[in-house]
Amino acid sequence: MDTIKQFSIFVENRQGKMAELTRLIADAGIDVRSLSLADTRDFGILRIIVNKPDETEQLLTEHGWTFKVTKVIGVKVPDIPGGVATVLERLDAANINVEYMYAFVNRKPGEADMIFRVDDRNAALAALREGNIAVLTAEEAYDI
Amino acid sequence: MAKFWREDIETMSSEDMRALQSERLRKQVRHVYDNVPYYRNMMDNKGVAPDDIQSVDDLKKLPFLSKADLREAYPYGLLAVPLTDCVRIHSTSGTTGKRVVAFYTQHDVDLWEDCCARAITAAGGGADDVVQVAYGYGLFTGGAGLHGGSHKVGSLTLPMSSGNTERQIQFIQDLGATVLCCTPSYAAYIGETIHDMGLSPDDLQLKAGIFGAEPWTEEMRRSIEKSLGIKAYDIYGLTEISGPGVAFECCEQKGMHINEDHFIAEIIDPETGEVLPDGTVGELVFTSITKEAFPLLRYRTRDLCVLTRGKCACGRTLVKMAKPMGRSDDMMIIRGVNVFQSQIETVLIEQGYSPNYLIEVDRVNNTDTLDISVEMTAEQFSDKMKDLQDTERELASAITAMLGIRPKVHLVSPKTIARSEGKAVRVIDRRKLHD
Repeated sequence: MDTIKQFSIFVENRQGKMAELTRLIADAGIDVRSLSLADTRDFGILRIIVNKPDETEQLLTEHGWTFKVTKVIGVKVPDIPGGVATVLERLDAANINVEYMYAFVNRKPGEADMIFRVDDRNAALAALREGNIAVLTAEEAYDI
Repeated sequence: MAKFWREDIETMSSEDMRALQSERLRKQVRHVYDNVPYYRNMMDNKGVAPDDIQSVDDLKKLPFLSKADLREAYPYGLLAVPLTDCVRIHSTSGTTGKRVVAFYTQHDVDLWEDCCARAITAAGGGADDVVQVAYGYGLFTGGAGLHGGSHKVGSLTLPMSSGNTERQIQFIQDLGATVLCCTPSYAAYIGETIHDMGLSPDDLQLKAGIFGAEPWTEEMRRSIEKSLGIKAYDIYGLTEISGPGVAFECCEQKGMHINEDHFIAEIIDPETGEVLPDGTVGELVFTSITKEAFPLLRYRTRDLCVLTRGKCACGRTLVKMAKPMGRSDDMMIIRGVNVFQSQIETVLIEQGYSPNYLIEVDRVNNTDTLDISVEMTAEQFSDKMKDLQDTERELASAITAMLGIRPKVHLVSPKTIARSEGKAVRVIDRRKLHD
């Protein structure tokens, strides 16, 4: 399975909101595998990938957080100069639009994993395969 | 320099004034009853005949008119003369649906300008003065009223309209303007700009300012007076009754004299409609007793204020109204524009938002700010930042189209805006407009 579930959570730019959210997740025994924050003056969107997506969805719903489950893809980017550029060029050549991307925490040497949110996941996966660029499976991402 | 524009009227004894008002009221009630079917029906329904109104004491028998009546009767329902006798219209700035349009005969324009001439004279303006009118011209009554008043007193009139601040300052300097007429927030802005340009009040000939059309504080008055080196005078009016000059301030700066030979003022309990004694806070109600085209009887302004009688140290005997201290409805005046909470709520609901919102009004650097926090539903949330920013922008544009001024919109999570038991607090006005 090559698509990864990401949680995009609306967080108002108020003191303590981020701590409240991360504490909620921690206390449920959920491990955040990767995290990215996009923010404006008023609010932020916290994007996380977790080891237990189903439990997380239930937890956020129960506690009234505004969120969306978004499907993203993970790419094993070669950890060499030009690694990211090669991936982006490959996607660009296939006319795939990248909405956003961020680094994924990974402890394997020589590999720098990244998360991509694209407009057409299947086309993106095909383009990467064609370019012999390895993708991260959901199992790898969740570290199951 | 003349102290009064119409000394006979402005210093008239209270007995004579009452007699004059009673005579004019009798005539006016007959005029309205005969020519305005809308009001005639209201009187008939209340069982009041024109002959029941013999003096000012009988005023309380007449039915009230409200803004809702003006909208219902739009555009010609309250017109009391043939349209061919009218020479002009003006219209209100704020709109909840239909605008309010007021009509004027030449006689109505003359009496209105005469009221403005009294205001300019009370502020020390005369034939030797240069009056810069920086109120907006057009449908808004501000520009036209002070412009006409300035002509009446024979001042050199600079019809600037609002905006283009550097040109305003250039004219104040080059043409030696002595009296500035505009909104208080614009006066404050001109004062700041003059300072930023490295000029001081000593470089200017200005001696007085006539400022109105929006609420302002005593603190703001002192700050404007200092920045422009002038004495600042308040002026009050509303399009429905004529425009600026319904009441004006004298050199005492302690309340505004109402031109009660044209407009009878009452203070009522906004809940019961009962007339309250002088010195009590209540809703201000005006009756036009001289206007021909658009003569409103017992029009409820929704402004809360106090009336005081007695001879003023300036010599005038005209009844004084305090600066309005609030509204008996949900109207706010933001950047000179009338804004109703209900207008904002209408847009939010039309655009599919929850009725849980918070309106915050403040004044930063003498400019009003309007911030609206809106709860977003889970369906409206997107994980793309651009989508959320577009959502905020689209909502701000829809509100701008309704109000005429642009708010800042803030999306917040569902259920984060405080629910209160009973009447929800949806508006927080942090401007200190009332001392």
